[in-house]
Amino acid sequence: MSGAALQRAGAGGDELVSDPRREIENLADIAADVLARARAGGADQAEVSLSSSLGQHVSVRLGEIDTLENARDRGLSLTVYRGRASGSTSTADLSPEALERAVDQALAIARHTQPDPAGGLADADRMAETLREAGADDGERFELWHPAELDMDALVDRARAIEEAGRAADSRIDNSEGASVDTDAHVSVYANSHGFVGARRATNYGQSCVLVARDEHGMQRDWDWDDRRSFDALAAPEETGCRAAERTVRRLGARRAPTGRVPVLFDPDMAKGLVRHLVGAASGGNLYRRSSFLLDCAGERIFPEWVEIVEDPHRVLGLRSASFDAEGVATRRRPLISGGVLERYVMASYSARKLGLESTANAGGVRNLVFAPGPDSFDALVRRMGRGLIVTEVMGQGVNLVTGDYSRGASGFWVEDGAIAYPVEEITIAGNLRAMFRDLQAAGNDLETRRNVQAPSLLLGEMTVGGE
Amino acid sequence: MYELAHKTLLEPAGIGESDLDRILARLVDGRIDFGDLYFQDRHSESWSLEDGIVKSGSFSIDQGVGVRAVVGTGTGFAYADAINVPALVQAADSARAIARSGSTGRRALADPANPKALYAPDNPIEAAGSSDKVDLLKTIDAYVRSRDPRVTQVNVSLQCQHESILVAASDGTLAGDVRPLVRLDVRVIAEQGDRRESGNAGGGGRYALAELMRPESWQHFADEAVRQALVNLESEEAPAGFLTVVLGPGWPGVLLHEAIGHGLEGDFHRKGVSAFAGRMGERVATEHCSVVDDGTLPDRRGSLTIDDEGTPGGYNTLIDRGRLTGLMQDKLNARAMGMKPTGNGRRESFAHLPMPRMTNTYMLPGPHAPDDIIASVDDGIYAVNFNGGQVDITNGKFVFVASEAYRIRNGKLGAPLKGATLIGNGPDVLTRVSMVGNDLALDEGVGVCGKDGQGVPVGVGQPTLRIDGLTVGGTA
Repeated sequence: MSGAALQRAGAGGDELVSDPRREIENLADIAADVLARARAGGADQAEVSLSSSLGQHVSVRLGEIDTLENARDRGLSLTVYRGRASGSTSTADLSPEALERAVDQALAIARHTQPDPAGGLADADRMAETLREAGADDGERFELWHPAELDMDALVDRARAIEEAGRAADSRIDNSEGASVDTDAHVSVYANSHGFVGARRATNYGQSCVLVARDEHGMQRDWDWDDRRSFDALAAPEETGCRAAERTVRRLGARRAPTGRVPVLFDPDMAKGLVRHLVGAASGGNLYRRSSFLLDCAGERIFPEWVEIVEDPHRVLGLRSASFDAEGVATRRRPLISGGVLERYVMASYSARKLGLESTANAGGVRNLVFAPGPDSFDALVRRMGRGLIVTEVMGQGVNLVTGDYSRGASGFWVEDGAIAYPVEEITIAGNLRAMFRDLQAAGNDLETRRNVQAPSLLLGEMTVGGE
Repeated sequence: MYELAHKTLLEPAGIGESDLDRILARLVDGRIDFGDLYFQDRHSESWSLEDGIVKSGSFSIDQGVGVRAVVGTGTGFAYADAINVPALVQAADSARAIARSGSTGRRALADPANPKALYAPDNPIEAAGSSDKVDLLKTIDAYVRSRDPRVTQVNVSLQCQHESILVAASDGTLAGDVRPLVRLDVRVIAEQGDRRESGNAGGGGRYALAELMRPESWQHFADEAVRQALVNLESEEAPAGFLTVVLGPGWPGVLLHEAIGHGLEGDFHRKGVSAFAGRMGERVATEHCSVVDDGTLPDRRGSLTIDDEGTPGGYNTLIDRGRLTGLMQDKLNARAMGMKPTGNGRRESFAHLPMPRMTNTYMLPGPHAPDDIIASVDDGIYAVNFNGGQVDITNGKFVFVASEAYRIRNGKLGAPLKGATLIGNGPDVLTRVSMVGNDLALDEGVGVCGKDGQGVPVGVGQPTLRIDGLTVGGTA
């Protein structure tokens, strides 16, 4: 996190929004300058990324303003390579003196780190089209840039409307942690000494509401949110407020579930976590460190045959759409799981070299990864489960990717005879991810499309519930 | 410390106390209850070793000033990553957008507070050359690999940080601090047959790098990481259900951080959203339990000579022999509740707002010998190491995740258990503490507490504890 570069003329916040091309040009000029300095200072290779963003954050609690924040951030991070030894620096100060200092520091570090045979830039022949060749940045290409003129008062009014709707929705809502509205516009440039220069820009608008409900058993808290590329696409304030109320009230009277082995239904948010664990275990970094339960599993069936998981970095309006990854490698649509089989690992060039494989253009992570939904509604999955546990929240870090062992705190709903019987809390769910993947029963038709990793509800096999 | 902080943060920009006074006057201007300026300069360096080579190193400087204007419980906030007068004025004008009518007035800046420093201001980044740090990591790697042939992967990392902060506020506060922070981590993977397990150990604090570079220090972490990985190779499925749990001394105090600490942060009480709200003076634990948050321990990771609002670090009793007695406060929440700030106002950086946060949270020792506590359990588990935890402060439910635990049967320790989550309810878990050990220990200095997206270094500690019932999330 860094702050506003107010000292730099011609880079004011409003211009970032009104003339993003100019800000991209500014950043690209700085990138070229830094790369030239690094080469002149003795680097064989170098790569630099720069970002510039402007944001507003407004929160309201019980109708009163809680916070009004303006954020203006710029930053640079640089890695240099000298004979396959690397050094990195970062700075939020983009003045010429600070840039020179950053280059010197990176070069100094690279004098002390040791040569790494797998180190260096991604291979030159894997680079995406440069900004100039493409003629458009990724924000234009994938329709990610939707600037809107919004003053703080308008955002405050919206936050008030969200919270008011939530508080009025149910008499058991007796307190609030507030509602907030955020706006963000950011541009970024990545360049390296292969001559690659790429740029992105995107806008983001978010809103959320956290409410507290009370009954004779005590208090419960829950929330709802929305997140969109354009302000106009955000859910109506009343919708977010009312959904927050609904989600909060339904937790009242939660109790513990019986200890035992039962099938478990993950809602789409929990299912997303499961896909994230898959990505973690399939990531090159964990594999070459032998820290994954999916070692040597590429080409193996690890899910039932009906499971399809695809990464689509070129989707219009996608949360992480991009033509190039964090080291300039060209991205493309490709499956991760096809017919239940792990088609590939998730690798940047470094981990790929360590494993003797090719980069999958995943430097910086996966981009728009989707678990294909199934035909059944959530209610149909509940009926199919019969008796078991719906999980809507997990707590804690109890996931061991080395072994696949999984043990988390959980809350949700107990299901008897194919219908929700009562809310539950203060229980644990445990199993092993390999078995949880293998024994997957069904996917719902309720895909959550607002996240980078998207999943529908998933009906799992039996897990051990720890409770009464 | 103030003079040192002043020299780092204000002198290069030619900013004097009269400028601070003038900008605070402009910020508050009769329509703001409280305002402050928070200057920060943080240098960070890290080195990491993997596959036997020191393959990466990084260095960064983060510098800036955050400006806050408070009206009632509302806050206007802006920041700049340049420390100079025009940037300050612009940030102040942006922050005071929250201004309304009515104010409690402004006091001129007082002489800088200079409480006794809890740590030396030395810069760990400059305390040793890069070559010495690289050699240290290589030496540790060779040592770890020599411990046991089953060790197949070794990662070692070293992080050094040196931070100067200076606070000037409309209540007259003028204070500065210089904070070093060092940390060493060792992670190993051990393999045996088709089993593969990891072990982690590390530590640090606000002390000299030389301390961590002593062989006795790093060998301790290295031995511990190897030992844990080897223990895990033998681990069996943990049980599931409601069991008696004995927690070892030191880092298992993460229990207190989650179950008690967060629920006693002032903001959650001002808003009435903590499961402990309105329960001050009530019994929430057995009489064996006294819990404190103590920012005044010399050299500890969570310690603060002054907090990020200029309030001196404090020793605050949260639970006194079973009764709830204290909250942790920052200025905004203390003012709104008619209480005093307690030295717990902390922020991740100049670009974040301060909140009530813990420092070093621990339970005072009790009368029981640790061996007697284990011997008292017929059927349960003994958990000695943990990953981390999480809490829902509103319904009070908390988890913490055991990474090293053993079965207890008939008062004797049995087989090691696979990692398992423990879950409980904060307001009643300490009512089931039936024995408290005489072996209080603090953790080794690895804790990072996250709240509202802000991470700050903290410490925890406790003596051995017996809890008569906690839900254990195993599979057996």
